[in-house]
Amino acid sequence: MSELSENAKQVIAEHLPRYPSKQAVTLPALHVVQQERRYVSNKAMEEIAELLELSPAQISDTASFYGFFRTEDNPLGQKRIWVCRSLPCMLRGGEELLAALCEKYHIVPGQTTADGKLTIELAECLGACDGAPCILLEDELHLRCSLEDVERIANEPNAPNKKA
Amino acid sequence: MSPTEFKPVLLGRVGKPDSQSLATYRADGGYEALAKSLKMANTEVIDLVKNSGLRGRGGAGFPTGLKWTFLPKDVQGPIYLCINGDESEPGTFNNRVLIEEDPHQVLEGIVISSFATRATTAYFYLRYEYGRCYRALQKAVDEMYANNLLGKNILGSGYDLDIYLHRGACAYICGEETGLIESLEGKRAWPRIKPPFPAIEGAFRRPTVVNNVETMACIPHIINHGAEWFQSMGIPKDPNNPRDAGSYGPKLYCISGHVNKPGLVELPMGISARDLIDQHAGGVWKGRKAKAVIPGGLSMGFMTNAELDTPLDFNGPGRVGCLGLGTAAVVVIDDQTSMVDVLYNACRFFAHESCGQCTPCREGTAWSTKILERIREGKGKLSDIDLLMEIANSIGTIPGTTICGLADGAAWPIKTAINKFRGEFEEYIKSGRRSESLALAGAH
Repeated sequence: MSELSENAKQVIAEHLPRYPSKQAVTLPALHVVQQERRYVSNKAMEEIAELLELSPAQISDTASFYGFFRTEDNPLGQKRIWVCRSLPCMLRGGEELLAALCEKYHIVPGQTTADGKLTIELAECLGACDGAPCILLEDELHLRCSLEDVERIANEPNAPNKKA
Repeated sequence: MSPTEFKPVLLGRVGKPDSQSLATYRADGGYEALAKSLKMANTEVIDLVKNSGLRGRGGAGFPTGLKWTFLPKDVQGPIYLCINGDESEPGTFNNRVLIEEDPHQVLEGIVISSFATRATTAYFYLRYEYGRCYRALQKAVDEMYANNLLGKNILGSGYDLDIYLHRGACAYICGEETGLIESLEGKRAWPRIKPPFPAIEGAFRRPTVVNNVETMACIPHIINHGAEWFQSMGIPKDPNNPRDAGSYGPKLYCISGHVNKPGLVELPMGISARDLIDQHAGGVWKGRKAKAVIPGGLSMGFMTNAELDTPLDFNGPGRVGCLGLGTAAVVVIDDQTSMVDVLYNACRFFAHESCGQCTPCREGTAWSTKILERIREGKGKLSDIDLLMEIANSIGTIPGTTICGLADGAAWPIKTAINKFRGEFEEYIKSGRRSESLALAGAH
């Protein structure tokens, strides 16, 4: 049984002609797998390595460098919300927002709620300092967020496996 | 030119209905610069950009046309253009707005620059967090392929180009140009030892140019209006300094922090931080005064209130001890904020984002954060201030102990905070008080 979905294999195949090296498809491959599964398993890394003609260690080396990718024993919740704590957001309440959110959901940054619905992350500058404090839901920025705004965003039904 | 007379160039289409579409971009004269460029020799385009005095908008301010001429003359095989859309410097969001609101302006600049440098493929490296930008760019790129603005034989010129979007994975170091290249290649984003510079050996070991998004957005306007028009804006080069390349053209200034109206403003380069805050950002919030201002992203360090008349051109911030103009992202800190808390936030950022390759940076950023944690817990010693300075003076490319400039960016906030606000640090340590905003338990 293959760990990579047909869609993931297709995305990888589509990316290969874009680059002169197969290794360059590492990040696109990791992204599509994590979007579908909410983590990147060792088995998935082995299969990506085979498609890209690399060793699994090379995929793991890259995946673990970026704090972005999750291992099988630490999957993302259905929603991932990043709260910015860098200086422009800190000056306008970013750290208080992060603390209040963690208290509300009884987790610390990086953890997922027990029901598997929400992962809260701390973020360094999200590039939306004009709307501090800001948060990132999956890959969509939300500006000028109060605790109530973030709770509303966390409770909205959405399709978490949005295509890249 | 007074700020009120200035008509925005780069933000000229922002806010117009459907500003992202090819149809409206063309109705506003879009891609005329591309058509004009494709009828010129590529070296003529390079000369025009060189003569305009355009300097890179990503932080270092290196002259763009000159960078292009570093490519070897008789290259066999591919040349790559990489667009640095990894904008992550705290305070900076100009590229996000440019891409979200007017993606075709940036893309037209990329095609012209690719033609000038004879690149056959352009890789647009975009930070993952900019999902809205990614979708706007992908839609725009698709429109371009459908209208012969990309792909084979662009506008009948015989020139071929592909643009591929490449998403990052939330790492500040990917904004360093060789870190970006390593990340593009599918590796950990460890900056490379230079030389060789990317122009000689860059992406996939081929000659490569790496340019910033705002730099690309300037290119179509330079082609349309000429080098003299571009030089009619900004601060001319200092005739007494042969190494000064001047500060020409329009510039996007990001304003954030303790102001009434945070946002993005476009002005001729060289406005003072004080005018920017008072005339374009509604002043400091809550009727307070500015204690410190960052002139161009966190790495540049701090200016004091007394230094706010410094012009924000490529030379100004350096004259008051800051690292430079950086990304022209101005962050305002009011007089009720503790500089100890501010510096702690800065050190923590660089400790989090150090890639770990060079020991002075990895250890220096981590230990400076720990020392400030101790101070904030009320357990600081006066000797900690000198220890912080010792770290700041030993890390970075300027003392020559690291491969890339991340550690210089970590050092400058420390140096400028302590040099300019030393009394506040001493008073804080002597009082033994604890910070009101201690870090969240377990958060790193």
